Amino acid sequence: MKKLNYPFTHEQVKELKVGDMVLITGKLFTGRDAVHKRLHDGEKPPVDLNNQIIYHCGPVILQDKKTKEYKVTAAGPTTSIREEPYQADVMKDYGIVGVIGKGGMGPKTLAGCKNYGCVYFHAIGGAAQILAERINSVDAVHWLDLGSPEAIWELSVTDFPVVVTMDAHGNSLHADVFASSEAALKNVL
Amino acid sequence: MAIKKKITKKAVKRPVKTTAKKSATKKKVVKAKTLKSSPVASLIELIKTTSAVLPDDVQKVILEALHREEKNTTAEYAMNIIKANIELAKKKSQPLCQDTGTVLFYISHPIGFDQNKFSSYIHTAVVKSTELGFLRQNSVDSLTGENSGMNVGPGHPSIHYHQHKKKTVEVKLMLKGGGCENVGAQYSLPHTPLDAGRDLNGVRKVILDAVHKAQGKGCGPGVLGICIGGDRGAGYIESKEQLLRRLDDTNSNKELAELEEEIVQTSNKLGIGPMGFGGKTTLLGCKISALNRLPASFFVSISYMCWAYRRQGIELGDKNQIKKWLY
Repeated sequence: MKKLNYPFTHEQVKELKVGDMVLITGKLFTGRDAVHKRLHDGEKPPVDLNNQIIYHCGPVILQDKKTKEYKVTAAGPTTSIREEPYQADVMKDYGIVGVIGKGGMGPKTLAGCKNYGCVYFHAIGGAAQILAERINSVDAVHWLDLGSPEAIWELSVTDFPVVVTMDAHGNSLHADVFASSEAALKNVL
Repeated sequence: MAIKKKITKKAVKRPVKTTAKKSATKKKVVKAKTLKSSPVASLIELIKTTSAVLPDDVQKVILEALHREEKNTTAEYAMNIIKANIELAKKKSQPLCQDTGTVLFYISHPIGFDQNKFSSYIHTAVVKSTELGFLRQNSVDSLTGENSGMNVGPGHPSIHYHQHKKKTVEVKLMLKGGGCENVGAQYSLPHTPLDAGRDLNGVRKVILDAVHKAQGKGCGPGVLGICIGGDRGAGYIESKEQLLRRLDDTNSNKELAELEEEIVQTSNKLGIGPMGFGGKTTLLGCKISALNRLPASFFVSISYMCWAYRRQGIELGDKNQIKKWLY
């Protein structure tokens, strides 16, 4: 088990390899479909994303009616491939060090990881409670006009469990498993 | 239709009258009585439980899958986190997965049942459950992109009524997340790229193709609900209803029972594994049924359900309390 601690750097993530199980401690910014589209359309991000990690996640958030404080009650990853048209450009334009999601991403993002020193971390899809438990606090929210699941939630996490499935050196577990399972499929059809 | 409505109205009016007699302030008592006998509380309980607790038959196959994976692999790691997540969600009574999905109700009811009224109870229960955080704000206007924040709107929640011969009202609920819904597929046979013809072997080919294409994206290991035949709409509806079957049941059609079994075994040899990390369990189950088709059409409709297979059901008692859990 490896550890990745805040502040994150491109040098740190470049050392990670496909198959590494990593516990992340520090800050994450949620961002999914609407956020990626906006960033890609050139709208200025409300926060500096340089050296940050974007988490493909639409959490369940409750706001305390009295204190107005936000609490995450469920926060697993959403399917990443929908951000494939945008992700590499977001890596290039905003200097992020990685993304967390599920299901992996395609060749454009894999090239982005290599070109801009980024890593794709795979969180366990559906494990919303285990992952929410690793979130210590909701520090801010941006672009709430996109709706709660689509907004940018700034989260502090401890030992957030992920697996590196695409690294900064052109390796993708998803491409490997796709190819081997495709060969196996041909044998049984 | 008209007769049915009349009967229902009578049935509803009767208890209201009796209660009203007991009190001087008629209006207030009527309201209290309606609340007490309305099924909203039971429906909220159903939503809460469905969102937080996986049914026993699903938990059983997940544990079997965990034990099948090799030690110290990412597949085993994923299954261990899944197991811990199931336990934690149950303990905290909170959504197992943040995507509380399409809210699909299946109601079996006797003749003379007021569907309109029941739908309004369901709406109330869904709004309340969203406020309480059992459901995520998950309903988006497809034209404006606006999230109602309430989970109600055209098509939401999705409610299906079936009249049955029994006197009981049974409410089944399935929460189906977007990730797995997106990897559902519908094939039209013959399907040339796979050399899949209009027979069970062709059906088998397109199902396995769908399993391969779903890898990673649908939060596997998953369960397939499949309908052979029907029109495009009926096929998809039936494929989802197959997911209401218990995982340990046996298809009454021998050929389909064999196909169900074979699809699971073959899929698990593809090496896709949990989350698509590679591994031994790709599918946890497969349920297939057939509808008649037109001579010109031969559809195979496939609904994929993630491991977070949230389905539950209740039988309502005479005071609309939960009389029995169905899974």
